[in-house]
Amino acid sequence: MSVEGPGRAWVFGDDVDTDQITPSRFIVSTDPEELADHAFNDLRPEFSANVADGEFVVAGENFGSGSSREHAPLSLLGAGVDGVVAQSFARIFFRNAINLGLPVLICPDADRIDDGDEISIDLDAGTVTNHETGKEYDAEPLPPFLQDLVDGGGLKPYTKRKLGTAE
Amino acid sequence: MTGQTITEQILSEKAGRDVTAGDYVEAAVDEMIAHDVTGPLAIDAFEDVTGEDGDLAAPDDVVFTLDHHAPADGVEAANNHNIVREFARAYGTHQYEINDGICHQVMIEEGFVEPGDLVIGADSHSTTYGGLGAFGTGVGSTDLGTAFATGELWFRVPETLRFEVHGDLPEGVYAKDLILTFIGDVGFAGATYMTAEYAGSAIQDLPIHQRLVLANMAIEMGGKAGIVEPDDRVATYLEEQAGLDVSIDPDLASDDDATYEAVHTYEGSDLAPQVSKPSNPENAVDVDEVVGTPVDQVFVGTCTNGRYEDIRTVADVLAGERVAPGTRLIVVPASKAVYEKCLETGVLETLVDAGATFQSAGCGACAGYHQGVLGDDDVCLATANRNFPGREGSMESRVYLGSPATAGATALYGEITDPREVETPRYDDHAVADAGVVR
Repeated sequence: MSVEGPGRAWVFGDDVDTDQITPSRFIVSTDPEELADHAFNDLRPEFSANVADGEFVVAGENFGSGSSREHAPLSLLGAGVDGVVAQSFARIFFRNAINLGLPVLICPDADRIDDGDEISIDLDAGTVTNHETGKEYDAEPLPPFLQDLVDGGGLKPYTKRKLGTAE
Repeated sequence: MTGQTITEQILSEKAGRDVTAGDYVEAAVDEMIAHDVTGPLAIDAFEDVTGEDGDLAAPDDVVFTLDHHAPADGVEAANNHNIVREFARAYGTHQYEINDGICHQVMIEEGFVEPGDLVIGADSHSTTYGGLGAFGTGVGSTDLGTAFATGELWFRVPETLRFEVHGDLPEGVYAKDLILTFIGDVGFAGATYMTAEYAGSAIQDLPIHQRLVLANMAIEMGGKAGIVEPDDRVATYLEEQAGLDVSIDPDLASDDDATYEAVHTYEGSDLAPQVSKPSNPENAVDVDEVVGTPVDQVFVGTCTNGRYEDIRTVADVLAGERVAPGTRLIVVPASKAVYEKCLETGVLETLVDAGATFQSAGCGACAGYHQGVLGDDDVCLATANRNFPGREGSMESRVYLGSPATAGATALYGEITDPREVETPRYDDHAVADAGVVR
C-alpha cells in the first residue's frame, strides 16, 4: 500500500515555482483535470499530453516555491501523478501536497534519477528505488503528525473526523 | 524553560501550551483571508468538510478580497468573483470588492490585524502582517477552508533566522533594499520553514509601511513568516490607518536567551540600493552593477510596494518631468484608500502628467494575469516581490526588482538608474494642497 510505482520519472531542476507548475493564466479553473491540461505548460510543453497515470515528478531543490495556490499540486493530482520526489520542497507546496494527499518525499539523491527512469517510492520506509540502475535512495520519513495526516487521507478527512461530519 | 522567540510566544499562546521550534501544534487562528484565485477552492474545501449548511467557526474572522483579477478580465474570473460574493453574503463574512485593494493592504487598513495575532491567508504574501508584530503565514486553500469550519489549523513551530541591522541607513536605501540584501545573502530557500525576524536600531527606526516590506518578502527566502517586534509606532500606525486603539504588550518580543537558527548582522551605513536581476529575487546586486540597463516598462505597485509612500516616492522623482520616451510606467495603488490619497495630494496628477498609466487598485500585472503583462524580450523594473521566469508575462521577458526610488529614477531615464544620482525635490503634501491641486 505504501509502495507507489514503478512509473516513469519526469525530471525537473531547482526552484521550479508554482507559476511554472501551473501558469497563472490558467488558474481561473479549480478542476484538477482541467488544470492538469496546463501543467508545466511553459516549462515543459509536452508534459500534459504525455504524462500517464502512476508516473512521478522528480525535482531538485526548492520545488513548488512561490505562490500558495493549491492549483499546482492539484494539477499534478489531476495528471495522475503518484508522487513528487525532490531534494527539497518549498514550505507551502509541501504542506498543500500533504493536505491534499499527494505523496511527497524529500530525497537528497533525487538528482541521480534521470528523465524517463522507472522508479518506485516506499512512503513508510522512506526510500526511492531507481529500477534503471537498481539503486535505492534514502528519503526523509515524514514526522509522525504528518504521517498520520497522510495515512488518514489528508486534511479534509482529518477535519471531518474532528467535526464529526465523516460518513 | 529557556527563552522563546516572538514566534514561539505567539504560537504558544494560540496553542494553549508552551511550544518550541519543531513542535507540531493545532493553534487557534485569529483571522483568515482568501482572494478571488484561492477563495473558490477554500469554499469548496469548507463545503466538503462541513457538508450541507455547515457553520463557520467565526464569520467575523473571515475576509475575502477580489484583487487578482480585478476588475474581472474574463468570464471565468467573473464567475469566481460571484462564487466569493455569494458565499460571503450567505455566511455573513467580510468581503471587499474590486478596487478595494490587495488583500494584505485591505486587512491592515481595515484594522483586522493586531500585534500578537495569528493570521493565515491563502496567499503566500500573508507574511506581510509580521510588519505589525503579528504571525502571518501563507497557507493553501484546503488549510483555509478547514479553518473556516474549525477556527484552528496545524502548524510546525518554525525556527527563527534573525537579521539585525544597526546604525543608520544611508540616503536612498529603503526597506526594499534591506530585504533584497537579506535574500541575496541567504538565498531563495535560505529561510525555508523558518521565521525571518528583523531587529536592530535601523529596523526599529523604519516606519511601519517599510516594515511591512520586510515581512512581505520573507516568503522570497522560503520563510514561513517574517516579523518585526511591535512597538509604539505600530500602535500609532494602527490608530491613524485603521482607527484602532491598541496597546503594545512590552513582553511581546523575543527573549534575550531565545534560540536562533542563525543571526545575520549588518551595519546600516554599509548598505546600498539593491536590484534583483532576472529571474530570481536572490540575484540581488548593488544598483551600480546594473545601472544603464535599458527597460521597456516600470511597474510600481503590489502588496510589497504599492502603498501611498511608495507611489509618492516615484512622484517625487517625476514631478515636472516626463517618463523617458519608449518606456511605459504603470502605477497600481495597493488599495482604494491609497488611490484616494494619491488623488487628494496631487500625486496622481503628477504621475499622469509625467506620462504614467495609473490603474485602479489591485494586484495589477504582478502575477501576470492582465493589465500590463510583458511580451517576449520585454524588460521591466518592478517594485514587486518576485521576478520568476514568466511571472509578469512571457517566459522570454525579464524582470528586475527594486525600490520605488529606483523605479522612479529608472522611469525617468528609461534605464536602470541609481536613485542616489537623481535629485528628488521632497513632495510636500501640504504645499500641493495649498496650491489648490486637491479636488
